Amino acid sequence: MSEPAERNQALIEETLAVYPEKARKERAKHLQVNDPGGGCPVKSNVKSRPGVMTARGCAYAGSKGVVWGPVKDMVHVSHGPVGCGQYSWAGRRNYAGGERGVDSFTTFHITSDFQERDIVFGGDKKLAQLCREVRELFPLAKGITIQSECPVGLIGDDIEAVAKQMTEELGIPVVPVRCEGFRGVSQSLGHHIANDSIRDHVLGTRQLPDPGPYDVALIGDYNIGGDAWASRRILEEMGLRVIAQWSGDGTLNELGQTPAAKLNLIHCYRSMNYICRHMEETYGIPWMEYNFFGPTRTKESIRKIAQFFDGRIQECSEAVIQKYEPLMRQTIERYRPRLEGKRVMLYVGGLRPRHLVGAYEDLGMEVIGTGYEFGHSDDYQRTYPELPAGVILYDDVTAWEFERFVERLAPDLVASGVKEKYVFHKMGLPFRQMHSWDYSGPYHGFDGFPVFARDMDMTVNNPSWSLIRAPWDRKEEA
Amino acid sequence: MRVKDHNHLFAEPEYRELFETKRSFEDAADPAEADRVAAWTRGGEYREKNFARQALKVDPAKACQPLGAFLAAAGFAGTLPFAHGSQGCAAYFRSHFNRHFKEPFAAVSDSMTEEAAVFGGLNNLLEGLENARALYRPEMIAVCTTCMAEVIGDDLSSFIQNAREKGVIPADFPVPFAHTPSFAGSHLTGYDNMLRGILSHLSAGRESGPGNGRLYVVPGFDGHVGDLREVRRLLAAMEVPHTLVPDYADRLDSPLTGRYELYPGGTPLEEAADCGNALAAVCLQRWSTQKTAEFLAAERGREVVTVPMPVGIRNTDRLLEEVRRLTGRAVPPAILAERGRAVDAMADSHPYVHGRRVALAGDPDLVLGLISLLRELGAEVVHVVSTNGDAAFTQEAEALLAEAGAGPGAVHTGRDLWHLRSLVLTDPVDLLIGSSQLKWLAREAGLPLVRVGFPLMDRHHLHRYPIVGYQGALNLTTWIVNTVLDELDRSSDGRNFDFIR
Repeated sequence: MSEPAERNQALIEETLAVYPEKARKERAKHLQVNDPGGGCPVKSNVKSRPGVMTARGCAYAGSKGVVWGPVKDMVHVSHGPVGCGQYSWAGRRNYAGGERGVDSFTTFHITSDFQERDIVFGGDKKLAQLCREVRELFPLAKGITIQSECPVGLIGDDIEAVAKQMTEELGIPVVPVRCEGFRGVSQSLGHHIANDSIRDHVLGTRQLPDPGPYDVALIGDYNIGGDAWASRRILEEMGLRVIAQWSGDGTLNELGQTPAAKLNLIHCYRSMNYICRHMEETYGIPWMEYNFFGPTRTKESIRKIAQFFDGRIQECSEAVIQKYEPLMRQTIERYRPRLEGKRVMLYVGGLRPRHLVGAYEDLGMEVIGTGYEFGHSDDYQRTYPELPAGVILYDDVTAWEFERFVERLAPDLVASGVKEKYVFHKMGLPFRQMHSWDYSGPYHGFDGFPVFARDMDMTVNNPSWSLIRAPWDRKEEA
Repeated sequence: MRVKDHNHLFAEPEYRELFETKRSFEDAADPAEADRVAAWTRGGEYREKNFARQALKVDPAKACQPLGAFLAAAGFAGTLPFAHGSQGCAAYFRSHFNRHFKEPFAAVSDSMTEEAAVFGGLNNLLEGLENARALYRPEMIAVCTTCMAEVIGDDLSSFIQNAREKGVIPADFPVPFAHTPSFAGSHLTGYDNMLRGILSHLSAGRESGPGNGRLYVVPGFDGHVGDLREVRRLLAAMEVPHTLVPDYADRLDSPLTGRYELYPGGTPLEEAADCGNALAAVCLQRWSTQKTAEFLAAERGREVVTVPMPVGIRNTDRLLEEVRRLTGRAVPPAILAERGRAVDAMADSHPYVHGRRVALAGDPDLVLGLISLLRELGAEVVHVVSTNGDAAFTQEAEALLAEAGAGPGAVHTGRDLWHLRSLVLTDPVDLLIGSSQLKWLAREAGLPLVRVGFPLMDRHHLHRYPIVGYQGALNLTTWIVNTVLDELDRSSDGRNFDFIR
C-alpha cells in the first residue's frame, strides 16, 4: 500500500470507530482507498443508515427536480402536500427560454396542496379537476406530468387512470409518474422512474419532419447555468444537428422525436442511461458517453464523437478545436499559476465526481478524494481509472465522515452541495457548490471552462479567507 | 481576458442564432399567439378564471409543517432536529434553510423506505436515534414526522417509549416529539407543534416553584435572525431577566472562526424546562404560537400575552408596554431615543412613501406587522395575500385597513402568488413587499420588490438585520424608501433626475 493509501485507510478506520456496530459494518463497505484497477470496489446504491445525516434526497427529487422539471413547455404538478414543490422551486437553475406562465413553466411551483380530506378520501378527483384548470389557465402548455409525493402511493390513488382519462379529455399528454419519495434509496430511482415514464408516454410520439445523417440528441444535460447551450454550440459547430435536448431547456416535441437521432450523446450517464439503453434496444440507436468539462476531456470527446461520423464532421471538429485553442490557452495561462498544486475534495452526484477530475487537472489541481451521493457500481467502475491509487473514495458519505476526512486531509478547496457548503465555510475552507455551480456557470464546453477556472480561482484565492483571525487572536493560534 | 459567464454569454450573437435553431425543433407556439395569450393572462377575464380555480395551486407562499418543526428544534441548546419518515424531506428542509440563512443546518432523518411503509418505521427510529447520538452527540433529539409516517400512522410516543425500554436511549435523555403532518396547516403549525412538544416534554413532572422571575418570550417562526437578537437587546436594555424559546440566532448566524460547531447557542434546556415557573410569557406572533401559548397558560396559570408582531412603531410600543406591565421595569432613555430616531427617519422619508400603493404577501403575523408599519408611513396597502392565513387573519387585516379608510376585498387568504399576479396586473401598485418568491411578478409587472420575510434566497444578509423593534422600523423604512428612490432614478428619462431628496 502506498503512503497516502495507508494514511487514508487509517483515517477511514478512525472515522468509523465511533459508529454503533451495525452502522459501522455497513458504512465500512462504502469507504475505500482507490485502486485504479478496481480491485477494492466501493459498495453503493443501498439504503442509507437511519440517523447518520446523509445528503441524499428522494425519488421525487430525481424525477421532478432532475429529469422532468427542466422540460419547459409542460406543467409539472407536485402531487401531494405543499412542501416538496416549495423546497424544489427553481432551485436547480435549469435555464430555459420562453415566457413564464405562457409557454415556459420550469420556474413554477405547481401543486395539488393535499389537505387532510385528500388523504382520507383520496386525491384523484382533485387531480382531474387540477388538470382541467391547468388546461384552462395555461392553454399553451403542451402536457402535464404528475409527480407523485409520498402519500399518493400510500393511500391507493389511481393516478394512472386519472392521467389516461385526462389525456383523452384534454387532448394533451398527461403523464403519471410514480416517484413517491419513499421509493428506492435515493434520487436515483426517481431518475429511472422518470426515464421510464418518458419512454411509455412521450418517446416516439412526435416525428422529425426531415431526418438527416448528422442528427444527434444531447442527453443528460440539465442546462444548469446554460451548460446545454454551451455544449450544443460545440456540437453544431462540429456540423451536427441537435434534434433534442434532454432535458435542460427541453420540450415535449424534442423528447418525442428523439428516436430519429443517429446517435445519442449522454453526459450524465447516471440519470439518463436508461433511456439510451431503451432506444438502443428498441430503435437501434447507438449511444456514447462524453465529457465536456475542461479542454482536455472536451477535445477527447469531440474527437470520439467525430469518429462516429464521416470525414466532413471530423474536419469540422478539428477546426472547432483549433478555433477555441487560444481561449483555452489564455484561460490556462491566466489561472493555472494561481491554482497549481491545489488539492480538491469532491462530493457530488450524477457524473461530476469523475467528470470534473480532468477539468481540475487542466488547472493543475489535484483531486484527493471523491464520492457519489447516489452512484451505482457502474459509476465507480468508471471512476477508479480516473484517479491515482490511494485517493479516498466515499459513497453516500455522512456529514460525520466528510467533516473528519476534510479536517484531516485539509484540501485547498471542497466542492460539494449546499448542505455541506456552510459547514466548510465555518472551518475557513474555500468551497464551491457544485450542484448548481454556486449560481454561476455554464461550466460545460469551451465557453464553460473560463467560467469554471475563474470561479475556482476566485474562491481558492479570495482575500476574505485571510481575515478569520483577529490580530490579537493570532498569538493563541501560534 | 474578460470571462463571459451566464450573465452575459447568452446575449452573444452566436447564442441568439443557436436559440433560433433550437426553436425549430421545439414545435414552439407561434409568437403572435404567445403574445396574445400573454396579454390575455394579464387581464380581467383571466383574473376571474384564475380566482375560480379550486384544485390547482400556483406558487403558493407556504411550506409544510416539519420545516417549521426543524426551525423550532434548532433553537434549543445542543438539539438535533430529527425527521421520522423519508430522507428526502430532511434534505429539502436543510437545503431550504441553507439557502435562506447561508448557514449550515445539521439535522437527520431515519430514512424510511418501502419496507417501512409496509411494516412501520419503528426499526428506523430505533437505529436512527442510536446512530445520531453516537455521531453527533446532541443534548436532545427533537423528533417530528414527515407525511409518509403520518399516512401510515406511526405513533411516536410509543416508538420513543420503546426506544427507552430497549435501552437505545438512556432514560433521562430528552427526546421530545411532535406529529407534524404536511397535509394540515403550514410551516407555522409545525413550528408551534414542535415547540409545544419540546416545552411540554422538558417541563413534565417539574415541581411548581416560587417562580424564576424570568420573562419567557416566544418569537414565532421568523426568518430574520436579527429579530431574535433585537428582542434580546431590548429586554437586556430594560434589565428584564428573560428566556427566548426557541432562540436560533447563534445557530443560524454564527461567526466564521475556522471551527465548525454543530450546536452554537440556543435556549438552555434547563431554562426551557423551567418555563412553568416563568414570571409570564409573551408571544410575538399569533399564528405560529397558538398551541404553545395555550400550553404555557394552562401549565401553571401564568399570564401569557400574545402581542402583534412588533413590526413598526406602535407594535413595538405595544410590546414594551406589555413588558413594562408584566415586569415592572422601565424603558430606559436610550431606547426612547432610539424610538425617536426611528420616528425621525420615518418623518424624513414620508414624501416618498405616503400614498404609494403597495401589494404584500407573506405569513399572517408578518403581513399584519407590515400593514401596521406601512400605515404609519402613510402608504396605501392595496393587495394582501397570505396563503396560510385564515378567517381570523382576514378579519384583523381588514380591520387594520379599514382604520386607514380602505374598503373590504383587499385581503386574500388561501390564495397564492399567481392570484397576486392577477391582482397586481389588473389593479396596479407601485411597490411589492414579500419574499424572494415575488421576484417573477416584480419582473413581469416592472415593479420594485422590497424583500422581507421567508425565504430570502436571492439577496444576501437581509435576514441578519432586524425588522422588529424600533431598529427594525428604521431598517424597513430605509429599505422601502430607498427602493422607491432607486426606482425613480431608474425610470427617470433624465429631465427629472434629482440629485437631492
